[in-house]
Amino acid sequence: MVFVQVIVGGLLLGAIYALFSSGLTLIWGMMNFINFAHGEFVMLGMYVALLVVTWVGGGPAIFSIAAALALFVLGVGIYVSLIRHVIRAPMLAQILSTFGLALLLRYSAFWVFSANFVSLPQTSLGGTIKLGGIFLPVAQLVAGAVAITLTLGLHFTLTYTTVGSKLLAVAEDRAAAMLMGIRPDRMQALAWGLSAGAAGIAGALMATAYPWSPSVGETFGLIAFVVVALGGFGSVLGSLYAGLIIGLIQAASAFWLGAIYKDIVVYGLFVALLWLRPQGLMGKA
Amino acid sequence: MRKFSSPRVGVLLLAAGLLLYPMLFTGPFYRDIGVTFLLAAISASAWNIVGGYAGQVSVGHSMFFGLGAYTPLLVYTLWGWPPIAGIPLGIVLSLALAVLIGLPTFRLTGHYFSMATIAVAELIRIFFGTWDLVGAAIGLQGPAVARSFWDLTFRGELPYYYIFLAVLGILLLVTATLERRRFGFYMRAIKASERAAKSLGVPVRGTKIKALALSAAFTSAAGSLYVIKTGFIDPDSGFGILISVQMVIVAALGGAGTLFGPLVGALILIPLQSATNSWFGGGGSGLTYILYGGIIVVIARFEPGGLFEMWQRVAPKLRKRFWSRAHAA
Repeated sequence: MVFVQVIVGGLLLGAIYALFSSGLTLIWGMMNFINFAHGEFVMLGMYVALLVVTWVGGGPAIFSIAAALALFVLGVGIYVSLIRHVIRAPMLAQILSTFGLALLLRYSAFWVFSANFVSLPQTSLGGTIKLGGIFLPVAQLVAGAVAITLTLGLHFTLTYTTVGSKLLAVAEDRAAAMLMGIRPDRMQALAWGLSAGAAGIAGALMATAYPWSPSVGETFGLIAFVVVALGGFGSVLGSLYAGLIIGLIQAASAFWLGAIYKDIVVYGLFVALLWLRPQGLMGKA
Repeated sequence: MRKFSSPRVGVLLLAAGLLLYPMLFTGPFYRDIGVTFLLAAISASAWNIVGGYAGQVSVGHSMFFGLGAYTPLLVYTLWGWPPIAGIPLGIVLSLALAVLIGLPTFRLTGHYFSMATIAVAELIRIFFGTWDLVGAAIGLQGPAVARSFWDLTFRGELPYYYIFLAVLGILLLVTATLERRRFGFYMRAIKASERAAKSLGVPVRGTKIKALALSAAFTSAAGSLYVIKTGFIDPDSGFGILISVQMVIVAALGGAGTLFGPLVGALILIPLQSATNSWFGGGGSGLTYILYGGIIVVIARFEPGGLFEMWQRVAPKLRKRFWSRAHAA
């Protein structure tokens, strides 16, 4: 029974990994660009949730949507003010831009919120339910379910809607998309908004079930790299599977090897992937 | 007789300034800044070989720094050897790690390399934090008092200053030599366009791996120098992300891919860091890193070539204005 408990817990956390990683993979697939500040977006989503609960009140639905909106706006703002200007610059400028942004956001958060761990006050999602002999915190269950729904929603939006087709068209061939009357700049701004928004809502969902501090951004950023590398760069569906797998591996290694080894195992997997299958599960080389 | 060109005079002035600095500024505070400056300049110049010249941006160079820092104290703790004996071991380990990372990632685009470096550095940091042989989270300590000269445990800063200066001199000499050789042209060709370089017959992967190996060796040496001076290392001061950050920001601020760029960057950043630390007091390190992040973003957005390139663009205009005014007067 403990075994099942570990698996379910890992999958539920993995669903959230999948959600924020789908944002990273979207940017990579669209513009061949790695966002080193993605984990910081997740961390900011958590603090937006905390601020909304403390100042405005309201349930998980309200602060999750608030986090998504706030990060959407931040994502678009960062694209317009920074990313747009470095996208055709040398590699060094591209990497420095989001790497510097990550430091800026992380240490600003340390400065504003202090390094202490915080958690949300007990929400309406408190309590646990017993399901076939295993105990499930309601918050984790709801967060996991919502995360899977949203990731699938992003996948279907990209695959079956006009906006999704436009986004993919820009990713495929910027110049050709322009000739078809699509404005690449707008689409890329939208992609950054969606990417940061996904990270923000994932952060808010995670905040309902787990405590955090400003330093979690670094860990989540690296986990997103691993998930995207496993799922294949640019594939949202790939990052859904990979997120679940990574959550599972993390939970299993924390349980059998000890909590401190869970990140070592995951980062080690990343290095092994680079050697063996750099295009990931679903990616094209 | 050849006329002295102005860059040559500049280099001589710089060398003379660095040699004389501890004589002119004798206070321990100034000498400490001098040593810190040299260490930052060595690390950033080492990063510059692969990150600047070859354009492969490592954001996890602390892995080499940390290995170089741990091995001297490890050979001391295990076998009682003088720490200096651990320097070659650190370099060998760093070379092995460089090949291990370079072989798979250099087949792919540059982003993979950047992501791999940050992940591996973090992996090693967490791993060293749990490994009892290297003191786990507490770290390792060097000899408290010198048992012989070879422990290199000096009381003042002065001997360290000149040892570090010598290493910086060697590193710059190596870089300057490579810059003019075929290898230097290969590196710059890869940075400008990997595809074009490949089509012209540049051995892309081999050049990148050699550049990373050379860079790793010198970064490892920088870590060893650091630990021989401080006599103490733990996972965060060896492998922490901020170690990597400092190398990147120092090189990029001055001018990545230029010989003296990292020196210029360190010349600006180290006094600035020392000033912010004393302005903001003990809790100021957080603000220092906010400042670092801000500087990195501004460089990336406005001056990806760093101050060096900006100077090359601005200097002719200034000179022109200066001359026209002088003539008018």
